Amino acid sequence: MFVVGELINGMYSNIGSAIKERNKKEVQKCALDQIACGADALDVNCGPASRQPLVDMPWLVETIQEVTDKPLCLDSSKPAVIQEGLKASRNKTIINSTTADQDKLDILVPMASKYQAQLIGITIRSKGIPQNKDQRLELAAFIVANCQEQGFSVEGLYLDPIVLPVNVAQSQMKDILESISEFKIISGPGPKTILGLSNVSQGVLLRSLINRTFLTMAVAYGLDSAILDPKDKELMDALITAELILNKNIYCDSYLEAYRKKLNS
Amino acid sequence: METQLVLEKWAGTISAMVIGAEKKDGGSRAHTVKIGGQSSLPLLFKEGGIPNPPAIAFEIWDIPPQDWSEELLAPYGKSIENPFDWADKCVNEFKAQLLCVKMQGAHPDFGDKGPKEAGEFISALLKKVSVPLIILGSGDDAKDNLILPACSEAAKNERCLIGCAVQENYKTLVGSVLADGHNIIAESPIDINIAKQLNILISDMGLNLERIAINPTIGALGYGLEYAYSIMERARLAGLSGDKALASPFICFVGQESWRTKEAKVSPEQGIAWEIITATSFIQSGADLLVLRHPKAIQKVSEYIGTLFKKQGNNLRG
Repeated sequence: MFVVGELINGMYSNIGSAIKERNKKEVQKCALDQIACGADALDVNCGPASRQPLVDMPWLVETIQEVTDKPLCLDSSKPAVIQEGLKASRNKTIINSTTADQDKLDILVPMASKYQAQLIGITIRSKGIPQNKDQRLELAAFIVANCQEQGFSVEGLYLDPIVLPVNVAQSQMKDILESISEFKIISGPGPKTILGLSNVSQGVLLRSLINRTFLTMAVAYGLDSAILDPKDKELMDALITAELILNKNIYCDSYLEAYRKKLNS
Repeated sequence: METQLVLEKWAGTISAMVIGAEKKDGGSRAHTVKIGGQSSLPLLFKEGGIPNPPAIAFEIWDIPPQDWSEELLAPYGKSIENPFDWADKCVNEFKAQLLCVKMQGAHPDFGDKGPKEAGEFISALLKKVSVPLIILGSGDDAKDNLILPACSEAAKNERCLIGCAVQENYKTLVGSVLADGHNIIAESPIDINIAKQLNILISDMGLNLERIAINPTIGALGYGLEYAYSIMERARLAGLSGDKALASPFICFVGQESWRTKEAKVSPEQGIAWEIITATSFIQSGADLLVLRHPKAIQKVSEYIGTLFKKQGNNLRG
């Protein structure tokens, strides 16, 4: 599982103030803490309060790059902000994200090609959120077709079936899980799949439990990657155990430690 | 039409281990022996690199062996009565590149040699022969925790391979091996989960995974060979797939297992055949280091390895 740490986000107060005060230490600590807990890449988001995201994004990128060469997942709904992040990046990059809207795809797919970035495509469009699996598949196929037409390798594409909070869209959870396995057969070689996990537990009481149960189920459906809080130890333990049960790694008593030390690759 | 080979590209590489240290590396050995380092399943030369062919060590003891059959003792003649003469014969007459010395004389039932005496024996052996050494304890954990540190210290900087560490008793040996610059043998009872666990426990103490050889515990032909074979296959597949805790070379104690079978005792020819077949089978499953007993078996297995590697145009000492 490719784990993207979600904690460098201006929405969190520590990162919000760090951006404002240009406090590199706080951001770098957050980056290293997540990596120590098992993050393979780091999401980078200036947050909704950023008044100058075009400047804040490259500052975050440069700050993080001083302490790690892990891939950076540049997270913004504004393509211009992502572009500023890409310009500043030496590390590998993932664009987070394009929707299934033609105008977005026309900007972000060529941008991903130009900067040799990977791309996350969310199966949502400005007209609205998909209501079932078929609508998700239709949007996924639209994104894949656009990438193929523009010469962007589908191997560099991650599809996100868009996770909704369990208390808002309980009836859709099974469809979301099934979409994970079905996205992979849209093309050959198939796209990878990713989830913005924490959304499943927005506004509910038992967030951590719901996150890890949903993640475990998604792993069984073949999920390749998730954007999550790697500092949630029980969540990471559940993830590692789910992969063990799927025979992705050979059991030993210290299998949690073996995973965290990156002894299995 | 030419057949197209389906080749696997592996993410991982098996650890490369050097046994023995020459003068330039602080030791006194005339040469070193390299094992492991492959990025392919055994003998699939087109799939990835196989820089080192399987190596063979002659097994000797620090005392005249008590339970070796007449057929097995015969080729060593009178030399068997003195471990130094025995070692000398292996190296000078049978051209051994590597010796595996078992400190059987330290076992409480076989002479109960103390740490001082054991250390002195290793020092003397290092003076007598210039090939790299594998050093094994007596098999009595409590006693080995006393004598192996002395042997390790006596061979400091000679980069020996010392064993065996087991899950219930590894700390003392790891400490010594770390201090004196050796490699270690990690033994598990035909159990891949314990093999992985023990490697992690040893590396947690600070000994690099590259300095561990796995003793998977084998059985001879007809005595569970296939169980060890399949465990080795599975571990090798995991190691090549990127599981660093299982990407260790294998050491197989083929001689001791082959000669204890009742079939081996029927006739010298059959005993030799048993040792050869057991050894060559384990080469197929990934054995990197074979510890053998009968000079004739060793000669045949060496020829077999030579043929396999020569045919493929591979360099024997990569």
